[in-house]
Amino acid sequence: MTLLNVSDLTVTLATSTGDADAVRNLSFSLDRGEILGIAGESGSGKTMTALSIMGLLPYKGKASGSINFDGKEVLGSSKKKYQHMRGKEISMIFQDPMTSLHPMLTVQTQLTEHMRYHDKMSKSAARESALKLLDTVKIPDPASALRAHPSQFSGGMRQRIAIAMALACEPKLLIADEPTTALDVTVQAGILRLLHQIRDERNLSIMIITHDLGVLSSLTDKILIMYAGSEVESGPARELLSNPRHPYSQGLIAALPGASREGKFLTSIDGMPPELGNFPSGCAFHPRCGFAEDRCSVPPIDATVVSKGHRIYCPVNPFAHDRVEQS
Amino acid sequence: MNEILSVDDLVVEYNRDGTKVRAVAGVDLRLEKGEILGLVGESGCGKSTLGKAIVGILGAAEGEVIFDGLPVKKLTRGKRPEHFRNLQMVFQDPYGSLNPRRKIGAQVIDGLVIGGMHRSKALARAQELLATVGLPADALGRFPHQFSGGQRQRIAIARALAASASVLIADEPISALDTSSQAQVSNLLVNLVHELSVGMVFISHDLSIVRRISDRVAVMYLGKIVETGTVEQIWESPAHPYTKALIAAIPHADGRSSMPADLPGDVPNPMSPPSGCRFHPRCPLAMPECAVVEPEFVTLADNRQVACHLQKAGQEPVSLELIPRVPAS
Repeated sequence: MTLLNVSDLTVTLATSTGDADAVRNLSFSLDRGEILGIAGESGSGKTMTALSIMGLLPYKGKASGSINFDGKEVLGSSKKKYQHMRGKEISMIFQDPMTSLHPMLTVQTQLTEHMRYHDKMSKSAARESALKLLDTVKIPDPASALRAHPSQFSGGMRQRIAIAMALACEPKLLIADEPTTALDVTVQAGILRLLHQIRDERNLSIMIITHDLGVLSSLTDKILIMYAGSEVESGPARELLSNPRHPYSQGLIAALPGASREGKFLTSIDGMPPELGNFPSGCAFHPRCGFAEDRCSVPPIDATVVSKGHRIYCPVNPFAHDRVEQS
Repeated sequence: MNEILSVDDLVVEYNRDGTKVRAVAGVDLRLEKGEILGLVGESGCGKSTLGKAIVGILGAAEGEVIFDGLPVKKLTRGKRPEHFRNLQMVFQDPYGSLNPRRKIGAQVIDGLVIGGMHRSKALARAQELLATVGLPADALGRFPHQFSGGQRQRIAIARALAASASVLIADEPISALDTSSQAQVSNLLVNLVHELSVGMVFISHDLSIVRRISDRVAVMYLGKIVETGTVEQIWESPAHPYTKALIAAIPHADGRSSMPADLPGDVPNPMSPPSGCRFHPRCPLAMPECAVVEPEFVTLADNRQVACHLQKAGQEPVSLELIPRVPAS
């Protein structure tokens, strides 16, 4: 069952040189209990996509299109409506847990705040469920953790506390923006396992944003790859990672140090991602693409379905073989 | 032997509220010309402190660093001795390591002029260096903010080369960069090591990149090296349980959706390191003696070095797969 349906989302930001589209005509959907990974380099629009769902776009940022969450249109909702939704229906965790935790307040104050606000819980009832939450996210000795301040925990433990906060009001969707980027691999593995377990136990939908394809591979059901504000490829995680079809996804996966074991040199994509406000026309990747043809710079670029649920935005489709259907 | 750098029993201490914290607690390392030594470990294990102590930004409490035959001294406000100009460092954050108010040309030329080159020749040499790291010639007249992260890291590398570096200490040089710049900068570094026969210590928390580019790897835990060996030895048959746990925690983008293994617990506080083997509280294979006796750093028959009670000096490494795990209490 579909929980989130984003269609034709365009996010416009005000820059010093005028308005620029940071996200362009993005469409995707997320089922209940499904984990979607959004991948892309910095500036590809992945965080802006998440912020537009949360109604948290920066000053003068505008979103158009449609964001349908749990059967209701949320784009353009009033401030008050967003206030009731954030933390209750949709929660978000960030790269650096210290940005979402207040350094001067105890864990208990922060963890019970939205239970008391959204669910009108009594102080003692909220404390009880805070204890359970800390146990869920595997914080040792929850009772003393409640009395502690965030600075008394390590990075991994802080991220666990941030996850507990996000889960406090039993949201239907959790958005995780680079949740493990600031953590060590050993700690990262624990957080990934925790997210997976929470999904299984609560049938929670998770949207995870990261530039690390290894993280996506272990966690997600489906993946969407963005470049310069647009989707370039999306599909089931396993299929997309083992059989990427867009030249950009191909390049990203080939650039990973683990991808091939021959020699010390990595396969790199020449050039660098375009800057906001300077996105090339047509397929934005065409100036860096080895397969580019004249038609690549002419909009619109239509989706090509390469197999069930797997599509690319590439008019050339250079890695096509057998059953290719045009959508 | 082409040994260019050696670190002998190095100890680096910080002062924390009057107590001494040993961030680096007795480290031995060797580096040859044209070799890449990967230095890996979790954050807080002391790998950056070790890097800074090698170039002399931090002073050693005990032990010494020998660069090209002479001991490295802590940097002072005075001029750096000529001999150590070739020992250079590249930092993680290319936004913090370049002066935002000076043009790129001036910053690269500084390194050349301080090294004794005449200003008239320095300009041409700076242009050459920028070309070596793959930047356009007009980069000289621009400011750092006009470049992307990957390009800034190239400028930082050009600056290290301006001092004709023979050893580069690269502290997380690609961690702050995007995927496509990461591959480009990593290739540049490997290329320089090969062409100029530079020795490089590549400090990183990203084991997959270290595996790819290094010749040898040193694994650090809480201020000590727990294992060193060739990349093949470390990856194919890790001899220290910590090395094994680090490798098992790497997620693979192979589409097989395998969940990486986590290593429970955090790196202990270096102010009060655990008794015996520093890894024993987190070690799945810990034995009673591990909590009491600190294992010596011994050389095994296959020439790798490891500090673990399971491994005996001069013998073949014992495969960790064969040892039953201690059930978590």
